[in-house]
Amino acid sequence: MSRYKRRLFTDNLMQVVATGLAVIALALLAWILVTLFAKGFHSLSVNTFTQPMDAPAGSSGLANAIVGSLIMVALATVVAAPIGVMAGTYLSEIGGNTKLANSIRFINDVLLSAPSILIGLFVYNIAVKPFHGFSGIAGVMALGIVILPVVVRATEDMLRLVPGSLREAAFALGAPQWKVITDVMWRAARAGIVTGMLLALARAAGETAPLIFSSSGAQAWTFNLTKQMSNLPVTIYQYAQEPAQDKVDLAWAGALIITLGVLLLNISSRAVLAGTGRK
Amino acid sequence: MNINPSDISPAMRTGIGDKASLADTATKIQVENLNFYYGDNHALHDINMAVPAQRVTAMIGPSGCGKSTLLRVINRMYDLYPGQRAVGRVLLDNEDLLGKGVRATTVRSRIGMVFQKPTPFPMSIWDNIAYGIKLHESLSKADLEARIEWCLTKSAIWGEVKDRLHKSALGLSGGQQQRLCIARTIAVKPEVILLDEPTSALDPISTARIEELIDELKSEFTIVIVTHNMQQAARCSDVTGFFLLGKLIEFEPTNEIFLSPKHQKTQDYITGRFG
Repeated sequence: MSRYKRRLFTDNLMQVVATGLAVIALALLAWILVTLFAKGFHSLSVNTFTQPMDAPAGSSGLANAIVGSLIMVALATVVAAPIGVMAGTYLSEIGGNTKLANSIRFINDVLLSAPSILIGLFVYNIAVKPFHGFSGIAGVMALGIVILPVVVRATEDMLRLVPGSLREAAFALGAPQWKVITDVMWRAARAGIVTGMLLALARAAGETAPLIFSSSGAQAWTFNLTKQMSNLPVTIYQYAQEPAQDKVDLAWAGALIITLGVLLLNISSRAVLAGTGRK
Repeated sequence: MNINPSDISPAMRTGIGDKASLADTATKIQVENLNFYYGDNHALHDINMAVPAQRVTAMIGPSGCGKSTLLRVINRMYDLYPGQRAVGRVLLDNEDLLGKGVRATTVRSRIGMVFQKPTPFPMSIWDNIAYGIKLHESLSKADLEARIEWCLTKSAIWGEVKDRLHKSALGLSGGQQQRLCIARTIAVKPEVILLDEPTSALDPISTARIEELIDELKSEFTIVIVTHNMQQAARCSDVTGFFLLGKLIEFEPTNEIFLSPKHQKTQDYITGRFG
């Protein structure tokens, strides 16, 4: 076989292999989604969104868990995102390659890939044990620690993608560094940073392990952050193991709700990105 | 010293300035024994030159010869990068810009810079211009409007953008973006404008417009332009410096550089034998 023919053959072979593997990966994903819809969709009802978990059997829903999740994820984002943006800005614009910046970057990468159960245990030891009880505040802390490294990394990466010439152009007008960062750099990287935040939020919304050890769960409505607070992931974790079929059904419904929520976040983050691409 | 456009001879307009008219021109920027280092790399060697006020000074030379580096020293852009170091003096009206107490932001408000690629900020045309003005002055809305119209008119782009001032600057063509960047630079009323290959990313028509603009602007500003285009240096400038390997080989009125260069290397470069 000539060298050219051999190369053509290798090319075709690799295309077939790559396509085949992509199909397998997508098929697995589709399997999960189809199962989720099949089992979750018929369990969804108005009660799911309006009734708390401790409502009388047959009419109980997930309203308190949904609201608990929303409250904790929202608070965690409000607390962690500004810190993350500031830290990412420091790494990209100020710290550069100094020892301090490199150490922070390394620690952030470790935190980014740390098993989330460790975050749960950490928060358990500093915010649950000393106060003798699970609490919504501890849950917010745990989710904040999940969100923080993602936002730091996204902010730094997005700021680094801004062309250096834009930064220099702002400096060339005599702007002090903080004006360059807040008015030009953040604006140029805005879409990317917001996307990073939304993805971090999506990740936090689905985390179970950090919440088991921090906010734990609750059956009744609660808006008191110092008490145990119910949330979707822990509810799914608990209900999926129940013998009662109606609880297992609710677990499927909760899983579907989280998945759709995360999907919505992903789509909106893409919309944010696409929106700024237009002129 | 102010030069009336009518004082400029047709010969000067085409860049062939006569030496007599340069002799009585005040010096705006005096570079004295300037050495520059990128870490251990010695990029500029003992540069001495006097940039005349309200004239166009061109800097030519092959890539990597240090022309852009010199621009970045003059407006202290190198300050942004650790490891870059300048030794020597750069005097703007007899004040050393590299001196200890001199703030880079002040230097840059007096010495503006336009880059090779257009660098519009991701905001409206209006905000692009207002951004620089608001850094240094607080003008009333009417004054701000007047200033914005003034600098856009000066930059020969007012007619094209006056109906879309609040639209994103990213929607402009490359040539328009570059003229917007020039407008943004003159909006803060600098004394000197540094142009780093301002037309190398533009088509011939946009290039011609920018060159006309340079000719307009020199009645009010001192202009230093780095260019790879020999014709451009000959067309636009009054004085030309030829750089090679970090050294200033020759710095003379443009007509002398192009018509009777003193150094063999200058002659070789402008006739296209290398570079």
